[in-house]
Amino acid sequence: MAALKNPKIGVVLFPGANCERDTLHASSLLPGAAVRHIWHKDASVGNLDVIFLPGGFSYGDALRCGAIARFSPVMRSVIEFAEKGGIVIGICNGFQVLTECHLLPGALLMNESRKFICKNIHVRIERNDIAATRALNKGAVLKLPIAHGEGRYYAPPETLQTLEANGQVVVRYCDENGNVMPEANPNGALNNIAGICNARGNVFGLMPHPERASEPILGNTDGWGVFKSLMM
Amino acid sequence: MKAKVTVTLRDGILDTQGKAVEHALHSLGFTGVKNVRIGKHIELDIDGADAATAKQQIDDICKKLLSNPVMENFRVTVTDGK
Repeated sequence: MAALKNPKIGVVLFPGANCERDTLHASSLLPGAAVRHIWHKDASVGNLDVIFLPGGFSYGDALRCGAIARFSPVMRSVIEFAEKGGIVIGICNGFQVLTECHLLPGALLMNESRKFICKNIHVRIERNDIAATRALNKGAVLKLPIAHGEGRYYAPPETLQTLEANGQVVVRYCDENGNVMPEANPNGALNNIAGICNARGNVFGLMPHPERASEPILGNTDGWGVFKSLMM
Repeated sequence: MKAKVTVTLRDGILDTQGKAVEHALHSLGFTGVKNVRIGKHIELDIDGADAATAKQQIDDICKKLLSNPVMENFRVTVTDGK
């Protein structure tokens, strides 16, 4: 895909979201970017290059995380956008919404520890040929914050096998040296999976929060690479 | 028609809440307890002439929203509410 100049970026605003401003702000730091929120009741997402589904607790996580957001009026247009090859990135609750609406396979279950985990973790970049990782090196280790109660990635064995065979795992939990091992897995996710993409590579979901680590004032800029990648 | 729906994690998926309760029961001395699974119980009223049609609709509702087939199973019972 050609590099984006002056990218038009939309961040969906679901009731109960709480990372939509951070995500919009981080996006706005891209030179020439035009950023705006998309209301959950909008019938159309309009003309955009990238859509973010932000973190938070859409609809109070009623029933299951992301289960109700999936049926927001705007999601029909988001799904259409994704099916046409548009770039969609779901962060945390946004990742949960993407699995609920089947844009990504699998599901996010309650953390193995049953605790809400809010801390910095490390992830390893497993592929750098999708829109959100192009500026990063394969094998690079990022320190990113996580903040979730339901982040244990699960997929049935045959789905997991397909994901691995297709190289759809984009980021994996690891230690600070990039070793993928059980001790570095914060939530019990299968195969240390922190984020995956669809087969086409245009839809990407991850549990860590790159927007919370995207400028020096935040004390961590490791997440900026995800945003910077969008222009490469 | 009245319907009762039970949604539980599929067999083989670690039920962390169930495990916590199981450990607590063992601590209480109920050492013979195994395989505790925790689920959701949903009750709803539905317009419809007969139980079979209502059941069909609830199955559809469960597949579309009340359960996530990737990770959950569901069971439905329908009564005329009397």
